[in-house]
Amino acid sequence: MTSLPNLKKRWGRPQVQRRLRRRYIYERIFRMLGLAAIGVAGLALATLIVSVGKNAFGGFVQTSIDVDIYLNPEDLRPSSARYRHDFAERVESADMRKLLADALERQFPDIDTDSERRRALQLFSLQARRTLRDYITATPEKIGQTVRMRLLASDDVDQVVKGNIDPRVPESDRRVKDKELAWLAALRADGRISRQLSTTFFTGGDSREPEIAGIFGAIIGSVLTLLVTLLTAFPIGTLAAIYLEEFSPQNRLTAFIEVNINNLAAVPSIVFGLLGLSLFLSILELPRSSPLVGGLTLALMTLPTIIIASRASLRAVPQGLRTAAQGLGASPMQVVFHHVVPSAMPGILTGTIIGLSRGLGETAPLLMIGMVAFVVSTPNALTDAATVLPVQIFLWADSPERAFVEKTSAAILVLLGFLLAVNALAVWLRQRFEVHIPD
Amino acid sequence: MTMATVQTPPKISAQGVNVFYGDTHAVDNVSLDLYQDEVTALIGPSGCGKSTFLRCLNRMNDTIADCRVSGQILLDDEDIYASQIDVVQLRARVGMVFQKPNPFPKSIYDNVAYGPRIHGLADTREDLDEIVAVSLEKAGLWDEVKDRLDHLGTTLSGGQQQRLCIARAIAIDPEVILMDEPCSALDPIATAKVEALIEELKGGYAIILVTHSMQQAARISQKTAFFHLGQLIEFGDTTQIFTSPTSGRTRDYITGRLV
Ligand SMILES: Nc1ncnc2c1ncn2[C@@H]1O[C@H](COP(=O)(O)OP(=O)(O)OP(=O)(O)O)[C@@H](O)[C@H]1O
Ligand SMILES: [Mg+2]
Repeated sequence: MTSLPNLKKRWGRPQVQRRLRRRYIYERIFRMLGLAAIGVAGLALATLIVSVGKNAFGGFVQTSIDVDIYLNPEDLRPSSARYRHDFAERVESADMRKLLADALERQFPDIDTDSERRRALQLFSLQARRTLRDYITATPEKIGQTVRMRLLASDDVDQVVKGNIDPRVPESDRRVKDKELAWLAALRADGRISRQLSTTFFTGGDSREPEIAGIFGAIIGSVLTLLVTLLTAFPIGTLAAIYLEEFSPQNRLTAFIEVNINNLAAVPSIVFGLLGLSLFLSILELPRSSPLVGGLTLALMTLPTIIIASRASLRAVPQGLRTAAQGLGASPMQVVFHHVVPSAMPGILTGTIIGLSRGLGETAPLLMIGMVAFVVSTPNALTDAATVLPVQIFLWADSPERAFVEKTSAAILVLLGFLLAVNALAVWLRQRFEVHIPD
Repeated sequence: MTMATVQTPPKISAQGVNVFYGDTHAVDNVSLDLYQDEVTALIGPSGCGKSTFLRCLNRMNDTIADCRVSGQILLDDEDIYASQIDVVQLRARVGMVFQKPNPFPKSIYDNVAYGPRIHGLADTREDLDEIVAVSLEKAGLWDEVKDRLDHLGTTLSGGQQQRLCIARAIAIDPEVILMDEPCSALDPIATAKVEALIEELKGGYAIILVTHSMQQAARISQKTAFFHLGQLIEFGDTTQIFTSPTSGRTRDYITGRLV
């Protein structure tokens, strides 16, 4: 046997010391680079949250105006043209605009033309008349009295109150004119202007009126759509992965399938929208704009992700676990479903959740299958027309009203909240299924 | 004793077995008879094909992609490589303890209960409890784990894991037990326990034991097979192999000169 060169002497050489110092420097540089990377990522995240959050806060609150309304019995009499004896019907036909305009006239004695009455009325949302009507229907005993009511202001007023309209801009360039600003200043001095958390935002559907536009319809649409995606993509994806990884023979055909699946994962999502359009709408003739079709389209998009992630985690299960079960006489299916799949479950779930999160934030493929429609009602069934959170955000971001800017940010915040919830669920599931596997 | 076993037919009879891993010829034309009620030790230098040959006996080599087996292996006069043989049933009859401990990431109880469960061997819960307890007892692990049967099997020490795997293998009462260096991770006390277990199991089973310990082979086996470079060099009664080997290579290996 040949002997080693005299390493003792080499250990004492200055190069060894220099090398050691250099190693320490590299370690330190690497650690600093890592910290810097985390810092940049954190900064980007903070900027997003702050910029969206700042605007979003306004989206969650709405301005209301307190007005004293005289519930004039004259205006609520049966109309002379037709005899109406049902009270609700009578209230229905009564002119709430008149009640409100009369109240405003008392409030602002300077109103004298019809056009000024109209402008004063426009301080209020269309919702205000509905509120008033509902109030009269519910409490008929108040007719003949003057009541103070808190009525929803229009989006323009809301923007003024929130300071989003600059009064120094020349009047001609402003949506809210000097007259209205003066009225608002008077109302504010009277303490009649207040801001409340907008419940409509969380309970209502979309609307042309920003002050009553809500996110609830989109939330339900997203939930239904993702449910369809989960229920189709998860079983199909995991079964495909299990079959390909554990049972299929390794031949040209499976290699070909594998290449295709990997390629599909990189296909732009809008292409899946086109596929969904031709497959589900043209051939199968399923209802347009429905969560069913949206969910199936997103399932097409999510499948490759789930299959690839599942296969990777199945492959990572140590071979010893399989041989141990085989050695006891477990059948191939028992080996896979008793041992391999449970061990791979955390990875499979992670892949599924990543796919679903992507689906939750996806707009392009849904535009292709008509989920871009203006939908006011909350969907009740998988086949109802619906919209989803990202599409709702897209629609609002596209709206000209200044007030929709806030709504957009608020909706983004809700979407981020959903993503956070989905990911928290993933972490929880992962820990729940985590098993300690020896290597 | 020797007379009697010679007259009974062998439990397992391997004839002209060759195993290839791709181009590697790992087992070269090995013929070997293994008897009921006997412990057969497979010895030989590392990489000589002992584990490979052992895996042929319950067709565990089937699971290795580029592994090819030729020749004939009879279990009770039945060719285990014949097409009508159910590999799953075969592996229940020919149990195996692997070289590397591989407990399931489940509780100690579930590790041992798994085999009886999938084969439907326990009729009641008490039945299963007893099978688990007796199997752990036989494997010399009961006293150490009886208070924590619900702990993960994977949290045991390496030696305890190996005994858990032995308990798991005997819990389905196989006819043949293949043991691939079952004691390589065990301390002398646990080794003695496993050897005592093998001694006890001998009646009723055919046990094939791969070992690197000459003393162990001499202590507990009745037959010894010496492998070298994939070939079976010598096979015979253990006493004969260890006292008067016919092959020079066997003598060199036993005395520690063959490397
Ligand atoms: N899965 C495999 N794929 C390819 N070659 C293998 C495989 N398993 C074993 N071999 C080769 O087959 C030969 C015999 O290996 P085997 O594991 O049977 O040796 P062994 O006698 O059990 O050795 P040890 O005493 O070290 O466990 C070795 O040359 C090894 O490299
Ligand atoms: Mg080996």
